[in-house]
Amino acid sequence: MAEREQKKRSGQSQETDAVEELPATSESGEKLKADMDDLLDEIDEVLETNAEDFVKSYIQKGGQ
Amino acid sequence: MVVPKTLGVETEYGIVLRGTDEPNPISASSLLINSYLMVREPRSQPRVSWDFEDESPARDARGETPLHALAPEIETHLVNAVLTNGARYYVDHAHPEYSTPECADARSVLIHDRAGEQILIESMDAAKSMLADGQEIVVYKNNSDGKGNSYGCHENYLMDRSTPFGQIVQHAISHFVTRQIYIGAGKVGTELPGMNRDEVTFQLTQRADFFEEQVGLETTLKRPIINTRDEPHADARKYRRLHVIAGDANMSEVSTYLKVGVTAIVLGMIEHDAISKTFTFADPVRAMQQVSHDLTLKQPLDLDDGTRIRAIDVQQSLFDDAQRFIDEHGTDSVGGPVALDVMERWGRTLELLRSDPMELADTLDWVAKYRLLEAYRERHGLSWSDARLAAMDIQYHDMRPGRSLARKLGLQTIVTDEEVFAARTDPPEDTRAYFRGECLRKWGDHIVAANWDSLVFDVGVDPLRRIPMMEPTRGTRQHVGTVLEECNTPLELLERLNG
Repeated sequence: MAEREQKKRSGQSQETDAVEELPATSESGEKLKADMDDLLDEIDEVLETNAEDFVKSYIQKGGQ
Repeated sequence: MVVPKTLGVETEYGIVLRGTDEPNPISASSLLINSYLMVREPRSQPRVSWDFEDESPARDARGETPLHALAPEIETHLVNAVLTNGARYYVDHAHPEYSTPECADARSVLIHDRAGEQILIESMDAAKSMLADGQEIVVYKNNSDGKGNSYGCHENYLMDRSTPFGQIVQHAISHFVTRQIYIGAGKVGTELPGMNRDEVTFQLTQRADFFEEQVGLETTLKRPIINTRDEPHADARKYRRLHVIAGDANMSEVSTYLKVGVTAIVLGMIEHDAISKTFTFADPVRAMQQVSHDLTLKQPLDLDDGTRIRAIDVQQSLFDDAQRFIDEHGTDSVGGPVALDVMERWGRTLELLRSDPMELADTLDWVAKYRLLEAYRERHGLSWSDARLAAMDIQYHDMRPGRSLARKLGLQTIVTDEEVFAARTDPPEDTRAYFRGECLRKWGDHIVAANWDSLVFDVGVDPLRRIPMMEPTRGTRQHVGTVLEECNTPLELLERLNG
């Protein structure tokens, strides 16, 4: 299944290469990477404290 | 006939009342909206309520209502307000729902969709003082609870009544199935009946799992890719309103902008019979799910003539047709100058989706969410079934500014905070929403009811007076601005309009 294949396509270096090939977006690409590191650092602080309970209790009535 | 693509978006938000064991989403939604109205729009409460006179959601565009079709219910007893920006803010199916006013182009829709988000944020704040200690209402701009329950983000487009409905169905299906590659909001797992949640680690859209039919009247059960609700909220001899239920609620401005901007252009092309190739999927519902489940964007879809095509190639074909269409017909009927910007972004997005979708991590929702979750997953060595990733999926759509993961990512923007802030209270100036909004602002005390195509005034004498607004492109600032300025009372206005 294709969705299984995509798991393999992580490749950090591949992403970096692609960013460098496209000068127009490389700056925002670099910024994104730095932001991502920062975000991951702070994310544990804002994330729901008990992920399992939170996901379990997030129940909505069906709508349109 | 050239019908300008007047358009709008309606969003049902997910809602959670924290701090209680027995949350009731209907009363929480009512409390949320009423709190906002009391604080921000005291004049709209309790007098100006929605007028259901012209609502007929059971009317079917195919000309007949199949016996098994369930007509949507109209819940007239729940809170239902009209705001001075021309929008409707109400409780629908146990969710708070915000309908933007009618807009003339994708940029205007985006501003008003973002204004809606802001109104929900202010509503959460306003509700705090009404709740018991330790309770909090939180809303989420998503379309699924991950447990098989979905709620919608619908788009509406004004179309020419004379365009055969079959022609719309033919081409709109191929667009709705394939546009998922840039409008998807991303989702962990699958809710497709019969499929194990872990069989799909991550997919492009929130909604694809919930479609069961190609064409139909329902919106809450057996959802169809093309919804046939025929309720134009305008002159039914000239217009139809295409009610699109096959889309995600987007956090990304670019995703929202492309979703409505490109669709307006495609529908304009359908009216002009300007689409060069017909792509009929062998199984459109399955194609919808295949596209959503394929992060490589490379899986070909079966056509009924036995050939196969990738979603991105269908989009490229539509894009190439659109370039020719705009060269030939201009952009007047599909969003004016904004349509040119939509074209540029559409073309660039397709290029990047082809070369490396991850380049769009600051642009499109599904890419941004996937990249974030993948980075978190790698850092903590998690499997895709870890609850922390499902939690982050939901929290991506959290409307609280300090909690929203989408907002923390710093996605590309198109409109300014000032424009969004103003649109909380000001209507668009280039549709009939201007007339509705300005009348409410000026004479809210004299308006007893409002809906998309009329206002009902109580001027103190005579019976109630109804002003029909059957032309969505009339009632603009250019059209009625001077009259509204010169009239001091609603009676004067009625006399001027009748005279």
